[in-house]
Order: sequence, then structure tokens, then C-alpha cells
Amino acid sequence: MNRHAIFEKNSIVLTVGILVAVAIGGLVELVPNFYLKSTIEKVDGMRPYTPLELAGRDIYVREGCYLCHSQMVRTLRDEVERYGPYSLAAESMYDHPFQWGSKRTGPDLARVGGKYSDDWHVQHMNDPRSVSPASIMPGYPFLAKAVLDAESMTGHLKANAIVGVPYTDEMVAAAAADVMAQANPDAAEDLDGFEARYPNAVARDFDGNPEAVTELDALIAYLQMLGTLVDFKLYDGKADINLR
Amino acid sequence: MASTAKKSLTLEEVGIAGLTGLVALYCLMAIANTTDAVMTFHAGVGLVFALAGIYAIFRGYANRSENPPQTVDGLPNYKLGPVKFATFMSMFWGLAGFLVGLIIALQLAFPALNFDLPWTNFGRLRPLHTSAVIFAFGGNVLLATSFYVVQRTCQARIAGNAAPWFVVAGYNAFIVIAGTGYLLGVTQGKEYAEPEWYADLWLTIVWVVYLLVFLATLWKRKEPHIYVANWFYLAFILTIAMLHLVNNATIPVSIFGTKSYIAWAGVQDAMTQWWYGHNAVGFFLTAGFLAIMYYFVPKRAERPVYSYRLSIVHFWSLIFLYIWAGPHHLHYTALPQWSQTLGMTFSIMLWMPSWGGMINGLMTLSGAWDKLRTDPVLRMMVVSVAFYGMSTFEGPLMSVRAVNSLSHYTDWTIGHVHSGALGWVAFVSFGAVYCLVPWLWNRKQLYSMKLVNWHFWVSTIGIVLYISAMWVSGIMQGLMWRAYNSLGFLEYSFIETVEAMHPFYVIRALGGGLFVLGAVIMIYNLWMTVQRGEAETASAKPAMAPAE
Amino acid sequence: MAAKKEVDAISGVETTGHEWDGLKELNHPLPRWWLWTFYICIIFSVIYWVLMPSWPLLSDYTRGMRGHSQRALVGEEVAALQAARAEKGTALVDAELDAINSNPDLLQFAMANGRAAFGDNCAGCHGTGATGFVGFPNLNDDEWIWGGTLDQIRQTILYGVRSGNDDAHTGDMLAFGRDGVLDAAQVRDVASFVLSMSGGKGAEGADLANGQVVFEENCVACHGDAGAGNQELGAPNLTDNIWLYGGSIETVMETIQNGRGGVMPAWVDRLDEATIKSLAVYVHSLGGGQ
Ligand code: HEC
Ligand code: HEC
Ligand code: HEC
Ligand code: HEM
Ligand code: HEM
Ligand SMILES: [Ca+2]
Ligand SMILES: [Ca+2]
Ligand SMILES: [Cu+2]
Repeated sequence: MNRHAIFEKNSIVLTVGILVAVAIGGLVELVPNFYLKSTIEKVDGMRPYTPLELAGRDIYVREGCYLCHSQMVRTLRDEVERYGPYSLAAESMYDHPFQWGSKRTGPDLARVGGKYSDDWHVQHMNDPRSVSPASIMPGYPFLAKAVLDAESMTGHLKANAIVGVPYTDEMVAAAAADVMAQANPDAAEDLDGFEARYPNAVARDFDGNPEAVTELDALIAYLQMLGTLVDFKLYDGKADINLR
Repeated sequence: MASTAKKSLTLEEVGIAGLTGLVALYCLMAIANTTDAVMTFHAGVGLVFALAGIYAIFRGYANRSENPPQTVDGLPNYKLGPVKFATFMSMFWGLAGFLVGLIIALQLAFPALNFDLPWTNFGRLRPLHTSAVIFAFGGNVLLATSFYVVQRTCQARIAGNAAPWFVVAGYNAFIVIAGTGYLLGVTQGKEYAEPEWYADLWLTIVWVVYLLVFLATLWKRKEPHIYVANWFYLAFILTIAMLHLVNNATIPVSIFGTKSYIAWAGVQDAMTQWWYGHNAVGFFLTAGFLAIMYYFVPKRAERPVYSYRLSIVHFWSLIFLYIWAGPHHLHYTALPQWSQTLGMTFSIMLWMPSWGGMINGLMTLSGAWDKLRTDPVLRMMVVSVAFYGMSTFEGPLMSVRAVNSLSHYTDWTIGHVHSGALGWVAFVSFGAVYCLVPWLWNRKQLYSMKLVNWHFWVSTIGIVLYISAMWVSGIMQGLMWRAYNSLGFLEYSFIETVEAMHPFYVIRALGGGLFVLGAVIMIYNLWMTVQRGEAETASAKPAMAPAE
Repeated sequence: MAAKKEVDAISGVETTGHEWDGLKELNHPLPRWWLWTFYICIIFSVIYWVLMPSWPLLSDYTRGMRGHSQRALVGEEVAALQAARAEKGTALVDAELDAINSNPDLLQFAMANGRAAFGDNCAGCHGTGATGFVGFPNLNDDEWIWGGTLDQIRQTILYGVRSGNDDAHTGDMLAFGRDGVLDAAQVRDVASFVLSMSGGKGAEGADLANGQVVFEENCVACHGDAGAGNQELGAPNLTDNIWLYGGSIETVMETIQNGRGGVMPAWVDRLDEATIKSLAVYVHSLGGGQ
């Protein structure tokens, strides 16, 4: 008479029923994103983060910048005009975790690389209201004082390699040296090696303090490379596979 | 039966003591091996908790003369200690979470309040707020009510001696680790899943025990049918387990370090995250609290649930459809558009199943509407159901791509969140806790109904200020971002939109302040109920477990 | 246990006959409007699936009958907007300053474009009112480091200053003190002398005459005989009491001790030609344009 009674009278049947009901949607939406070739566009220029940029990215995550800043230019006219070309899936393919964000209390940062000078970032991170009086962003003066732990980056690259970022053994081995080379190229022993491992990476003292490699060096190195890897003059946005 | 029972350490107590011992061992090894200051601290905290847990199990054994009986005088010997503990913790974390919410609201209005220190800046406090209100406040309410409701509706003592305690204490230990971690900069950077891998693992263990306790209690039920509230609790427990496991799959940099890298990358991580994130809403903040509604509203109104048929249809359609809606958090992004289509359409189909819950909640009052005038606790729960209806209408609306292109990234989302979170989640929780405290502490009634009434009005005004300010600022922000002047150029720069938000951020903080004030009134009232309230007469009182 | 159904006195509807802790259930039918709205939502969704990209398959996904793509669409929208602006944009790029100033239409267009681009790209450094900050010049006054004609301004915006772009302005203020060219007393003296050129007060006990000697030996090459600056080299005028880094004796000494080299990014790859020209017009109009 009441066919639903089977669920109501047997907690295991109810459990299985619930599991089946909640599994389907997830499977259909998650799995194809891994096997469909069209999920990630064909682009040139993507490379893994340099160890210094990765350290900067970890600081970005640690400080919760993603709670105010998106890194995702949507396919909307005003966003493309304000921030630049819409973001591609390919641009975050080495991002663990992704940092697209869900709230824009501050502007999108997907294309902020090269938009400002290092000096500006130093001032802005130390005291945002010194360059943007109406800003409501917190200041992060402690970053300039915190010395970066370069040695630890070896382990971080290894972990990234395990989750699929194409870091080679050579890159892992050179991780700590590459941090120093990028942030202090004048004193680098193997700058050429660094530049060969990470094409188009920029090496310089980012925080205006050549004495030390700080967390601010790392964060600015990361900010300055955001959105700079894919050359949109060469990217074929109209190709069928890229339209998705 | 009670007289023949002897005292013994149950298998489950031994198992939990052993498990906790392993955790203590890991903590010791971590302290010895780690180079990470936060790990040292967390392992220290973990060690203290684990040792305290083991001590509690053996002390419980030493202090009892016999294993607790299943029934006393023919009535179920309900185990209420863990329920009381979780109820207490829920109010504790609730107040903390609301206060942090108020602080971050003030920071957005007056950025000097960030103090430019690592552990006081917005980026670290915001996850503290979201986790404190959702997982600490909401989670403890869910633990307390589920352990209470499952015992009462099964007419059986909860399964296990140590296990229910392990669940509530272990869960709160997770909260402590997660929360202190955020302040110290330990986070996975995934919204609502910020705790790092070791906290996640610990939560997994706690959650499995929670599921087992819940199921094992269902098995002891006297009534052959499982009550609808328990369907929802079960769906909540099972689905959260599934979501948690997949979204937190991660590789630690070192097994003695805090940092890990999530297994998924970029667009796949985004999809996984919002599959998780949306269903944290769907199963934590919705299914779990619907379960609360299904017990406490009919109980308080003393009316039968409106429609059994509606319960069935809306339960299955709700849980089936909810899972699909995640991509509505990723409209117009680099997520392939086919997923976005599914996210949008399933959100729209989710509208009526959600309203099924609202109808069943509201219509249960038919024949008892007059009680709303006299009983502010019931009124609070009914208003919460109305807010639930409102936010589940607003949600599908915001899922429509065209609407989302305006609302996404703006305060409109924040307004939507808080109409659901303050209006629905918090209010139904308040209602349930107002019911529970006199029942748990054997009091005839609450210390003061007048204060409940004050709480109701102060908080309601707070909510209205909060969400209306966010609607205005959100829609304004969205319109300003996309505004073009007559010559075809963007009308406003980003910083102009930031400036325009200021008055609304002040109003929001004011609303948040009122909401906090309401919670303070509630806590005072509950405290006085427990301290001064008149004891319930023996005949009507629910049987209590000894020594709890 | 057989369910004991009973009829609820208030609603007249049957219960299901089960009871949990005193709770019972009525068995009202599903509300009609509810069920129908649910069906309509489902029908809407099915139609939407047919029209739009929706279901994933094994090697592709259903493309939908409308052949819709958000990426194609935004491309078209931006192109349409650009086309609408193109006519005036091209005219603007080719026009001379006089022509722009005498053509209100073109001027209005340039100002609108310039104002919009300035707010999101330049205000961070030069301020929303273009009044600048320490290290970032005020663009309202009539002191120009690199020149204030329309073309000079355009050049500065296109390639920036010390931006790393091949065509950028370059030229550093040397670190005279740090590099050991000048000793501490000389730095103090020349700084005081520099301040005296605009009527400012130098350091206690400084020897202005010595300062002048030092200046003539080291500084005139860039800042000119009278210290009035040289826009070729980006050496600022030191006589006008307008300071990029500040006019206190400490700051000026710091400048001479450690040198300066502010960076202004190049915009040639970020903004289109018409926008850059508009920005030049906009900045030029702020006051002090030459
Ligand atoms: C409370 C919100 C908030 C937090 C947290 C925050 N920001 Fe911001 N951010 C803003 C606002 C508002 C602006 C716009 C005003 C300004 O330029 O300061 C901004 C601007 C920026 C800009 C300039 C972007 C542009 O194109 O003009 C950068 C870069 C930036 N933030 C980086 C960061 C980093 C890195 C962090 C974390 C360490 C961070 N922000 C944390 C609110 C925030
Ligand atoms: C990263 C910060 C930064 C940004 C962004 C920036 N500028 Fe500049 N700008 C500077 C600095 C620093 C100088 C001074 C360079 C020097 O020291 O010689 C400068 C100089 C100039 C000058 C020359 C002033 C003179 O006196 O000769 C003009 C004109 C100018 N900027 C316009 C713009 C415009 C227009 C934009 C936006 C498209 C812009 N700037 C964005 C930092 C910036
Ligand atoms: C190689 C060329 C060169 C020489 C030689 C030189 N300067 Fe400069 N000076 C510059 C440039 C270029 C700047 C602007 C730097 C900037 O814009 O960041 C500058 C800036 C300055 C400023 C800062 C102006 C302000 O508005 O804040 C002072 C002061 C100054 N110079 C003084 C001197 C003195 C004193 C000497 C000699 C001891 C000297 N300079 C020699 C090129 C030079
Ligand atoms: C005193 C009451 C509260 C105040 C003042 C408050 C304030 C805030 C503020 C200022 C934010 C950040 C918004 C932003 O980034 O722009 C926020 C976010 C959030 N709050 Fe609250 N809150 C309160 C209560 C609650 C409660 C009770 C819940 C849940 C039960 C809750 C859940 C959330 C969630 C989920 C977010 C994140 C929203 C998002 O990422 O879109 N809040 N809150
Ligand atoms: C039918 C039910 C619902 C639907 C379809 C829905 C839909 C949505 C949509 C479209 C967004 C905005 C996503 C974005 O643009 O970023 C959103 C955000 C959110 N909603 Fe709902 N909503 C529903 C019910 C609820 C309820 C009842 C709550 C209870 C608290 C809730 C909590 C949230 C939260 C916390 C967020 C913010 C997520 C974030 O960005 O951090 N929603 N919801
Ligand atoms: Ca440095
Ligand atoms: Ca996690
Ligand atoms: Cu959602």
C-alpha cells in the first residue's frame, strides 16, 4: 500500500537510498570536467609557479586575500573592459587550490601583474590608504619584516608535483636556490639555470630591501606575474574548442 | 534488568580510548619532529585533549557502580549529558561567531580596526566568523538536537556510552583546532573547508562515529517507522561525509607540518569546491535545520505535521536536486558553460522542493496560529521558516544567469547568505534551544518570556537592517560596475564603488550589533533559567541518566 | 504494529497513524499550486537544456539548439562597443591638440574615455584627483618631469618610466652618498643648498657655499646650471618648491644619499591607442599642460 514504508522501516535502505540520490548529481557534474578535452583550453605560455611565486601564493592563501579579491574575469562586457581578457581555465591549471574567489570587496586581481610598480605594491601592502585613501583593505606591514623560509620550498614543490604540477626533479632540487636567485639576482649563482627552468619569470628584488628575501618579496613576485603568462595577442579565442 | 547488569568497560569505550591514544601518540611524534610552530601548538592542544578524553573514559568507568541501564521505571533512560554539552557550546560559539561577524562588519566600514596585525586582519577573521557560526554554532545545535530528537522519537537511549561524548567533545576539539589555525594563518583557502588536512582527518573520524551512533540509535527504535526529522538528519550526516571527503582530498607537505596542497586544480577544483560549498548550505544549513523544524515546530505548536505526503516528495526531491546546483556559484567563469546550465536549471527546480519544507512548517500551525501571539519561541521558529522560504526563493532567482551576472561578487550574495543564516538558521536554532534548555535542565519554563520577546524583536530589527542594507549596496554595486555613460565608457572606477558602500556597511554593522545584543539577552535568559528556574515536577520530567 | 489512523478534529484530515514522542502526521494532499509550479520549473529546465549547452557526454556535451557560447557573445558585445567608439577613436588618435581642443565632440569623447581609464588604471598611483602621493607625481601642477606637451605626456603613458619597456624613459638619480661619491658633510651641504634654491631651510650648520660647489661639480649635468631641471633626463626642477619625494631636509638628504628611480608602468600593451591618447588629453587638461 505505502511503498515508501520500505525506506521508513529500514534505516539501511534509507541510507542507501540517500546515498544514491546524492551521488548522481555530483558524478555527472564532476567527472566529465576531468575527461572532456574541451574543459581546459589550448594555450601557450603556461608554466608552473617559480618557487618564489609559489611561496607568495601560499601567503596570499594564508592571509585570505581571496575573501576580498577575485581572480576570475567573467565573460561580461564591463569586466573585460575593466580588467582585461576574460580568464581561461588554462590559466589556473596549476592552482592548488584555485583562487577564483566569490566576493569582490576589492578589484579583480587576475590581470594585476605589471599593472603597478613593485614600489607601489610595497607601499600599498604596508599601508593601503597611503596610495588609495578610500581603500578599505587591511595593511600588511608585517610581511616586509618576515624573512622567507626558502629551504622549505623544496617540500612544497614536491607536494605540488604529487598533485600533478609538472615540477621536474631538477626544479625540486633547485627550489631553495631558485627562491634566492629570483629575489636577489645580483647574488645568484645560477641565474641562467633559473631562467631556463621558468621561462619569462622576472628576477629582481621586489620589496626594495636587497638585504633580505622577505614574505613581501614573495607576495609581490606572485602579484606581478598574475595574468602575464598567456599572450592574448596569440591566443585564438574564436576556435571552437576554446569557446566551449 | 538494571539490577543484573554489572559494571564493565564496553567494547566501544575501549575502542575509543585506543583511538584517542593513537592520536595522543601522533601528537607526541609531531611535537618531537615538527619545525612548524603552529603544528607544535596544535599537537600540544591535541595531546591535552586526547589525554583528557582517555582520562574521562576511565574515570567514567571508575565512578559508576553498574553500566547505565537502557530504561528506568519502564521509561527510556535518555542520555542527555552530551546534549547539554553541545547546547552549551552552541551558545558559546554562537556568541563568539556573531561577535567576530560584528568585528569584520565594522572592519569593512572602518578599516583601521584591522590593526594591521596578522591575527586581527579581515582575511583571517572572516573564515573564523563563517566557521564559528556555521560549524561551531550551527554544528553544535545540530549535534545537540539530533542526539535529543533521535532518542525521543525512537523512545530509546542513545547507542554507546563514550561514543556520543566522543562525538560532541571531538567535534568541539576540531573547532578549536580549526579556529586557532585560522588566526595563525593555517588554512586551505577553500571557503567553508578552510581547516587543514589534520583537522579534516580528525573530523572524518568524529563524523564516522557520529553516523554510527545515529544509525545504532535508530536501530533501537520502538516505532517501526523512522520519523521524518530523522530522514533529514541522516541525509545531512551522510552527505556532509561525502562532500567533506572529496573536497578535502589533499597532499600534506609533511605529515608533521600544517600545510597541504589540495588534490584538485583550477577549474576542477572550482567545480569540486562549489559542489561542496553549495551542499554545505543544502545539507548542513538546510537539511539539518529542516530536521530541527520537523521536531520542534510540531512539538511547540502541539499540532501534527501538516502533510506526510509532502514530507516524502519534498525530502527526496530536495536531496536529489540540491547536489546539482553548485555551478550557480560559477556563472560566466571559466567553468564550461554546460555545467553552468545544469547548475542554473537544477536550482530553479529546487525552488518548490524547498518550499515544500516551508509549507510543512508553516501549515503545521493551522489551528494553532493564535499561539504566535502568546509564545515568542514559536513565533521565532515560524519567522525562521518564513525566512527560509524567502531565501529559497531568492536563491533560485540569483541562480538565473542574467541575475547572477549582477549579483555575483557583490553584497547581494552577502544579503542572501544572512537572510538564510540569521533569519533561518539562527532563528530556528534559537527556537530549538529555547525549547531544549528547560527540558534538559528540568525547568518548568524559561526564566522570562518577556526577554524572549525582546530577543525576538531586537534580532528581527537587526536582520532587517542587515539584509536590506546589503540588498541596496549589492544591487547598487552591481549596477555601478556595469554602468556605461552615454559615450560608451565605464561610468565608475572600482574605488568609487568602494566609497559608495560605506554607509551601508555602517548600517549593516548596526544591524549586526542588534543581533549580538539579542544573543546576549538570550544567553542571560538561559543562564537564569538554569540557575533560578523552578524545577519541573517529577511526574512530567523526562527520565535522566544518573551522574550526568 | 498496525497504524491507528484517526481524524484530526481541527482540519478534518486523517493522520498516518504513527506517533513519535507525541508527534503525529496529517496526510494532506500535495498543494495543487505547489505541484504545478514544480512541474513548470521542470518543463522550463527541459526547454532550457534543449536550447543551451547542457549535458555532458563521453567526448563532448550537448551544444544546444541556439549554439550559444558566453565567450562568443562577450566577444561580439565588446566588438560592437569598440565599433561604436571606433570612428571618434581613430579621429582622436590622428588629431593634433589644437584640433581636439577646437572640436567639442572629440574633446568630450577624449575626456570621457580618459576619465574612465584614469580611475581604474592611474588613480592607484596618482590619486583619484591626480594630485599624486609621495613618489608619485601630481599631474595637476605645471611642473613636468618628462614634459607636459600632449605628445610628451602620451609618450610617458605609452612606455612608462623605468618600466622595463624598451622605449621607456630612463635615467636615475644616482646614490651619491651610498656610492661614496659624496661624504656625509657634502650630502648635508648640497641638500641644504638645494633647499635654499627654493627658499627652504637647510640643516643646522650646513655650509651653503660648499654645497654650491658640490652642486656645480655633480648635479648640474642633469639638473642644469640653475637647477631648473632637464626633461630629457627626467631630472626634476629643484627651484620650484614642488617635490616628488618631499622637501624636508631629511628627505632631500635621503634622495642624495641613496638615489631615486620611480617606476611608472608602460601601458602600450594594456590599453588601446585611443585610450592612451584620451588619457594624454585628460591629463593635459588637468592643468599645467604645455
Ligand atoms: C577587506 C578587504 C581586502 C582584503 C582582505 C585584501 N584587499 Fe586588496 N584591496 C581591497 C580594496 C577595497 C582594494 C581597492 C582599493 C585599493 O587599491 O587599496 C584593494 C586593492 C588591491 C590591489 C590593487 C588592485 C588594483 O588593480 O588596483 C592589490 C594588488 C591588492 N589589493 C592585493 C591584496 C592582497 C595581496 C591581499 C592579501 C594579502 C589583499 N589585497 C587583501 C580590499 C582588500
Ligand atoms: C605604479 C604606479 C603608477 C601608475 C599605475 C601610473 N603611474 Fe604615472 N607615474 C608614476 C611615477 C612613479 C611617475 C614619475 C616617474 C619619475 O619618477 O620620473 C609617473 C609619471 C607620470 C607622468 C609624467 C609626469 C611628469 O611630471 O612628467 C604622467 C603624465 C603619468 N605618470 C600619467 C599616468 C597615467 C595617465 C597613468 C594611467 C594610465 C599612470 N600614470 C599610471 C607611477 C605610476
Ligand atoms: C644622472 C642624472 C642626475 C644627476 C647627476 C643628479 N640627479 Fe638628482 N635627479 C635625477 C633624476 C632622474 C631624478 C628624478 C628621480 C625620480 O623621478 O624618481 C632626480 C631627483 C632629484 C631630487 C628629488 C626631487 C623631488 O622632487 O623630490 C633631488 C632633491 C635631487 N635629484 C638632487 C640632486 C643633487 C643634489 C644632485 C647632485 C649631488 C643630483 N640630484 C644629481 C637625476 C640626476
Ligand atoms: C551578528 C551577526 C552577524 C554579522 C554582523 C555578520 C557579518 C558578516 C560579514 C561582515 C561578513 C563578510 C561579508 C563580506 O565579505 O563582505 C559575513 C560573511 C558570512 N557570514 Fe556572517 N554575520 C553574522 C552572523 C552570521 C550567521 C549567524 C551566519 C550563519 C549561520 C553567518 C554566515 C556567514 C557566511 C556563510 C558568510 C560568507 C558569505 C560569502 O562568502 O558569500 N553570519 N558575515
Ligand atoms: C533553493 C535554495 C537556494 C538556492 C538555489 C541558492 C542559490 C544561491 C546562489 C545563486 C548564490 C550566489 C552564488 C554566487 O553568485 O556566488 C548563493 C549563495 C549563498 N547561499 Fe544560497 N541559495 C539557496 C538557499 C540558501 C539557504 C537556505 C542558505 C542558508 C543559509 C543559503 C546560503 C548561501 C550562502 C552561505 C551563500 C554564499 C556562498 C559564498 O559565495 O560563499 N542559500 N545561493
Ligand atoms: Ca628583498
Ligand atoms: Ca579542509
Ligand atoms: Cu549555492
